[in-house]
Amino acid sequence: MIFDIPIQAFLGQLLIGLINGSFYAMLSLGLAIIFGLLNVINFAHGAQYMVGAFVGYLLLTWFGIGYWPALLLAPLVVGLAGMLVERLALSRLYDLDHLYGLLFTFGLALVLEGAFRYWFGASGKPYATPEALSGGYNLGFMFLPKYRGWVVVASLIVCIGTWLLIEKTRLGAYLRAAKENPTLVRAFGINVPLLLTLTYGLGAGLAGFAGILAAPIYQVSPLMGTNLIIVVFAVVVVGGMGSILGAIITGYMLGILEGLTKVFYPEASNIVIFVIMAIILLVRPAGLMGREA
Amino acid sequence: MTDATALLQVRGLNAWYGESHALHGIDLDVKQGETVTLLGRNGVGKTTTLRAIMGILQKRTGSIVFDGKDMMPVPLHKAAHVGLGFVPEERGIFANLSVEENLTLPPVVAEGGMSVEEIYTLFPNLEARRHSPGTKLSGGEQQMLAIARILRTGARLLLLDEPTEGLAPVIVQRIGEVLQTLKARGMTILLVEQNFRFASKVADRFYVIDHGQVIDSFHVDQLPDRMAALNEALGV
Repeated sequence: MIFDIPIQAFLGQLLIGLINGSFYAMLSLGLAIIFGLLNVINFAHGAQYMVGAFVGYLLLTWFGIGYWPALLLAPLVVGLAGMLVERLALSRLYDLDHLYGLLFTFGLALVLEGAFRYWFGASGKPYATPEALSGGYNLGFMFLPKYRGWVVVASLIVCIGTWLLIEKTRLGAYLRAAKENPTLVRAFGINVPLLLTLTYGLGAGLAGFAGILAAPIYQVSPLMGTNLIIVVFAVVVVGGMGSILGAIITGYMLGILEGLTKVFYPEASNIVIFVIMAIILLVRPAGLMGREA
Repeated sequence: MTDATALLQVRGLNAWYGESHALHGIDLDVKQGETVTLLGRNGVGKTTTLRAIMGILQKRTGSIVFDGKDMMPVPLHKAAHVGLGFVPEERGIFANLSVEENLTLPPVVAEGGMSVEEIYTLFPNLEARRHSPGTKLSGGEQQMLAIARILRTGARLLLLDEPTEGLAPVIVQRIGEVLQTLKARGMTILLVEQNFRFASKVADRFYVIDHGQVIDSFHVDQLPDRMAALNEALGV
């Protein structure tokens, strides 16, 4: 018992917080990458997450393609679609005010969510947990469903992998340099417009991956990204716009904090992230790990 | 003085910053293995000439031929692959990259560039600080890094914008030695420089630029005769 709270309830909410945090981290990571290099606030991120889940669902119901191939195919489809969108539309807005990119992606989100609701209805579609990950472990003090453990592991792998890609590889060095001085990077012979397309594809692909990962837990529905994305934007603001590590760490941290709030003061659990965002904006406007402009 | 066999031939180059007409018909040649210096006061168009040749400034007319290739339709990210290497006035060292990442950032575009080991032999300071963030280096070291990273790529023409600006005399001397080494290796260099004492030690020929036009050109041998006129033209 901690403060009269049963240890089971405490650890249970900690786990739920960690799982929510896994999704916050993956999604805010994608947003941070896109914002960092393209200076676009990608409002379509929630819709891209939803499309990732739907790609998994449709692969299964139309073609009988199961979870494991979908885990690869869904981010690929969403990423490629994202690259097409960047090439055809977003790339034409870079010279204009940031507001245009924001309005465009917001419109795109509305169109995607509207279209999926029109085709598939608003209700959630169940997506079965894959055979290998059904069941769970009895840890003695609590029951851990295997799939939830897998979500945490997969999200950690993806977040760390993406961070290594950006911080430790040559491609990552191009991205970091292009963020500082795109003209000079082009003058060195690097195709920066292509780099921007790939970056948007990577960010969208991360959202698609989070979507298929979420499908067995949250069901598949056209509006599944809408509520989530608002929280994720708060996470990005707290972490620092464009900070990769800030997005990852803040994602897990705020997920856990939200879970714990459910234990100690459930009434505040829906707003705790936004309260923290407001405090951060007052105290440190650039975010926890952002650079002061 | 025009030469149809020159490595770089620029004819009637005009360029604009937005509405502002900055270059009014620049003609110049740089021969293989030559070091050519653009002299002139602040704001007469020397840096603009380099930026227009490189293609950073896209609002340009006239003709730029490099190694027989028309450079006017070449997009900026292809210019390096044709053989142009650019070292900007502000040096352009990336703060988010380590010294070594800065050094190896520009892709190798042709054979004949230096290896990282050769570069570290030429610039021992850079090796000692290879893991520091690029902008933690001193101004002189940053300038060395800015030059060094182009030497790796196999670029055939170095466009070098005011490498001595704001640096201590001992560093300026060091940069002079580096340029001599590059000349000895057969590198072709187009240099913008205010410090013509420095330029006179490395350059083979000079162009004097004023109001976006070439107003004079001469060989380094003629420099002593021109000193008086130059001092007046450059206002030093």
